[in-house]
Amino acid sequence: MLLRVLQSLAGSLFLLHVSMASAELSIEIIGAGENQIPVAIVPFGGDAKLALAIKDVVVSDFLRSGLFRMIDAEGKSPHEIAEVSYPDWQARGAEALVIGSVAVQSNGRIEARFRLLDVVKQTELAGQAVSASEGQVRAVGHRIADLIYEKLTGDKGVFSTRIAYVNREGQHFRLVVADSDGYNEQTVLSQNQPIMSPAWSPDGSHLAYVSFETGHAVVYIQSLYTNQRKLLAGFSGTNSAPAWAPNGKQLAIVLTRDGSSQIYLIRPDGSDVRRITFSGEIDTEPNFSPDGQYLLFLSDRGGSPQIYRMPAKGGPAERMTFGEGANFSPRHSPDGKGFVFNHRVSGKFYIALQDFQTGQMELLTEGGWEKKPSFAPNGKLIMFASEARERGILATISSDGRVKQRMFTRSGDAREPVWGP
Amino acid sequence: MKKLLVSIILVNLLAACASQKPIEPEAAAPEPAPVVEAPAPAAAPAPVVEVDPLNDPNSTLAKRSVYYPFDVSAVQDADKPVVQAHATYLSEHPNRTVRLEGNADERGSNEYNLGLGQRRANGVKQMLLLGGAKASQIETVSYGEEKPRAAGHNEAAWSQNRRTDIKY
Repeated sequence: MLLRVLQSLAGSLFLLHVSMASAELSIEIIGAGENQIPVAIVPFGGDAKLALAIKDVVVSDFLRSGLFRMIDAEGKSPHEIAEVSYPDWQARGAEALVIGSVAVQSNGRIEARFRLLDVVKQTELAGQAVSASEGQVRAVGHRIADLIYEKLTGDKGVFSTRIAYVNREGQHFRLVVADSDGYNEQTVLSQNQPIMSPAWSPDGSHLAYVSFETGHAVVYIQSLYTNQRKLLAGFSGTNSAPAWAPNGKQLAIVLTRDGSSQIYLIRPDGSDVRRITFSGEIDTEPNFSPDGQYLLFLSDRGGSPQIYRMPAKGGPAERMTFGEGANFSPRHSPDGKGFVFNHRVSGKFYIALQDFQTGQMELLTEGGWEKKPSFAPNGKLIMFASEARERGILATISSDGRVKQRMFTRSGDAREPVWGP
Repeated sequence: MKKLLVSIILVNLLAACASQKPIEPEAAAPEPAPVVEAPAPAAAPAPVVEVDPLNDPNSTLAKRSVYYPFDVSAVQDADKPVVQAHATYLSEHPNRTVRLEGNADERGSNEYNLGLGQRRANGVKQMLLLGGAKASQIETVSYGEEKPRAAGHNEAAWSQNRRTDIKY
């Protein structure tokens, strides 16, 4: 993996610009967190090859987050606390130190043990064993990065999560699921007709999506383990915008079988279809609240596309967005306190946040062709579709706007991204 | 007497057979084909070959697309004669079916654009029904912004993509 680090000072701001290539995604990182934690990672003792692989994964995870500054561990190799000389690490500027060991068990399982040490206080912050089945060394690295991240920032890590997106090359479309760093890519569907709107089941086992393979938009649910799929909704007209309820027991979808785009509830097996909006205009992009009680959705019933909220079982809708421009694609934040959405004004698309309590809109991006935002499960990162170098790309931005990533697929245009659980 | 009659008949038959002895085909030039003069047919009307107006490039029916301003789904005045012509054609040809494919430009979310394309196709369907077509002759679908005819972040491309196609 190529790691090229450029640092430039702009006033008092450190701009960290990092590029790295993974299996299918080329990732550029721009910006840095308010405080970057200086951390040193010593390659684990034991199996040298696995140790290097784990270190690579943890380092690239930390760099991608923009919240860490890597301290060189050259020349030192403590694997146990007793072997650590804290003054050495203080001299190098580290505040945290990671040491450990890794071995392969007789049954092929990878077992790693790590310790996270506070260099300043000279104490152990965390110590844990992490194991995985044969060949899953990246999963071990991501898990360790998650645990360290949580200990040092207070937030849950999302390094072990996955993403889904559609890659389009000319007339060819591919629905892809991958680790959030682009590795372990899995093609869910590959065809010469459009694919849209992938939606993760809450437990990450299934993907609902829209496919045009039969000549009009229909919704499928596909198992990511068996690749078996079932048609969820194939009524006449357009079937689209699947959204899972948090308990996984029903979905909201949009059907035009009764005329215009309206929102319906449906069971994952396709039964028990119930209509819940009756505007007669375009009601679409439903999104359940984390407690399953409400739906945010897009409607142009008021004359322009705006975001509304209604009880998930049906009932009156309350308008959420006002002012100039149009608003699309609402998604609740994981803590349920607000939502991210797409704001369009004067021909530009922005990613925006709104808090339910204040009702104030906050623009997160500078505007362009930015669409379809979704939160990472810890609510600290937002992924969306964007453009760069005349290509469709995936982008992420931290919820405080400071750290940005651009992710280029090997070829074609990446679109319709959604962060998995 | 009977024996003589039979003999005479037999001799006649033999003579007839003799005169109808098959002629050996000659390798020489074939005989000229007999000229048959058929009586001139009575002045009947020339047979009518039906030209399907759908195939006439000069007909209004040759126009198969309806266009829209930004965010609008209603059929515009300029396109009403086209839709009416298709409505008339469909009402006169009850075996014909048509598929209306609605599209939108990229300036909305993909899902909103899917809804917009469907609303555009539905609008054309309504007008066809009012013009005499039957619902069973018409299918409406939407491609939203997923199958643009023109690429580009500009009005030249967008105006081409805000469209319903009428496909037989």
